[in-house]
Amino acid sequence: MLKHAGLLALLALMIYPLVWMAVSAFKPAHLILTEPGLIPSETTFENFRDGWHALNRPFSVFFLNSLVVTVGAILGNLFSCSLAAYALARLEFRPRRLFFGITLVSVMLPMHVLIVPQYIFFAQLGWVDTYLPLLIPKLLATDAFFIFLMVQFIRGIPRDLDRAAEIDGAGPFRVFWHVILPLMRPALVTTTIFTFIWTWNDFFTPLIYLTSTDMYTVPVALSSMVSSESQQGIGMLFAMSLVSLAPVIVFFVFAQRYLIRGMATSGLK
Amino acid sequence: MASLLKRRAPCPGSVERRRGRAAYVFLIPWLLGLGLVTAVPLGASLYLAFTDYNILGTPSFTGLDNFERMIGDERFWAASSVTARYVFISVPLQLMFALLLAVMLDRGLRGLPFYRGAFYLPSLLGASVAIVILWREIFGHNGLVNDVLAFVGIEGQSWLQNPSTALSTLIVLNVWTFGSPMVIFLAGLRQIPEEYYEAAKVDGASRIQQFWHITVPMLTPIIFFNLILQTIGSFQTFTQAHVISGGTGGPVDSTLFYTLYVYQQGFRAFDMGYASALAWVLLLVIGAVTALHFILSKFWVFYGDD
Repeated sequence: MLKHAGLLALLALMIYPLVWMAVSAFKPAHLILTEPGLIPSETTFENFRDGWHALNRPFSVFFLNSLVVTVGAILGNLFSCSLAAYALARLEFRPRRLFFGITLVSVMLPMHVLIVPQYIFFAQLGWVDTYLPLLIPKLLATDAFFIFLMVQFIRGIPRDLDRAAEIDGAGPFRVFWHVILPLMRPALVTTTIFTFIWTWNDFFTPLIYLTSTDMYTVPVALSSMVSSESQQGIGMLFAMSLVSLAPVIVFFVFAQRYLIRGMATSGLK
Repeated sequence: MASLLKRRAPCPGSVERRRGRAAYVFLIPWLLGLGLVTAVPLGASLYLAFTDYNILGTPSFTGLDNFERMIGDERFWAASSVTARYVFISVPLQLMFALLLAVMLDRGLRGLPFYRGAFYLPSLLGASVAIVILWREIFGHNGLVNDVLAFVGIEGQSWLQNPSTALSTLIVLNVWTFGSPMVIFLAGLRQIPEEYYEAAKVDGASRIQQFWHITVPMLTPIIFFNLILQTIGSFQTFTQAHVISGGTGGPVDSTLFYTLYVYQQGFRAFDMGYASALAWVLLLVIGAVTALHFILSKFWVFYGDD
């Protein structure tokens, strides 16, 4: 009982800031910092209305941009990582162990070391201020963590299933498509969810590549609202922050099981 | 599958060769990515580290100039110090919380899925711009923290404007995201055989003795794993630093994280040679710290059978 009281107290302390933000988003601007506590004496939708148009275009523009980038990243990761993972987990070829070692090392490689030459490269291709620098790397299996996750998963699938199909004359492509891919659905779901959350929250890459406001994703738009912040802007910022967190929280509620299982088996953040 | 049955089985040798060649077809995207997005940029940034390059002209080779410049660059030292303090304070704190909570939640506690989910949620949100915006207001002059302090009669201060406390607000934010290592610890705790605890109980070991003599040694591989993962991640903290200071790293460079400095040099000043040199130093430091962790792990990580 005591334990539950302690856990609930800690939880309340941790979650309180989020609740405070949610409540504050519905308060008139002048009350947010002057009236502590959770029950507002006045409520308003003004913050949402003002915040939605704060950057001189509806916030839905940024939502749509984020959605395009996120969906593209998910498709790219699912396609490229599952192909690579199947080869690394199941097919015999000389440098297999070396290649698997490279994926492990590249998980730890800081992207900041690569970003300058990548930027120069993509700039020469004329890709700055497009979504290509955000999407093409995903299509080329550069999120090595997911390869690792999928390799681990495929190793758990009994090899007899592949062998049975092979004896029936199926080549590697048919085995991949008809046997492995359907069986690795849980790993694909985990990849989808994590790619969604990471890409949705990603700030660094879009900050560097997206230069015109119409191309901004949600985090970059939010951050540019901060720069023009004034005291009465806090309500707007909170309202839009809340809106931007909503998809992640909704995803969390529905996909919690997969998230936690994925975390536990592979240790992703 | 039914349609596959009709085909004749080819001889095994050709299957092996076909599978070997097929592997490269499956790996085409990965190989392209490894070359174009990882290996070539890695080599290019190593070259740029020894040049003066502002993206418009051509890189001119300057030898060790960039590295000599670092030695005399106060902001480089500020950034290194900020990042080192952040990593070496926030990671152990975060892992301590994660372990403590995991142990409290283990062993058939009622409502486990609820607690686990709720404690995990912040780690999904922690690196988002929205949460850092929230943090600015919580620790702002009229923010939530000062309200609470005022309630108990302590006069608050401007946590973000004060160079000696600004970094602490981000350390608190990192500790707040202890949920992801906690979930990994919980999975590790499940692997510890129940008999160990039963045997310890029979011998009269207290809960605390059980924790230190069974739980901690059995979990050392997981502690090590989390330590490596969180250390590497924390070295690369960017969003938090950028949003909390509006991209400046202020006040007085007290939140100038290393990656933010790389960004300022590379993408604000367009001094891409110097930015590359800075980035390579970061890579080498992360590599060295990771290697050191692996060497030290021999003394404290316990792998069961060894």
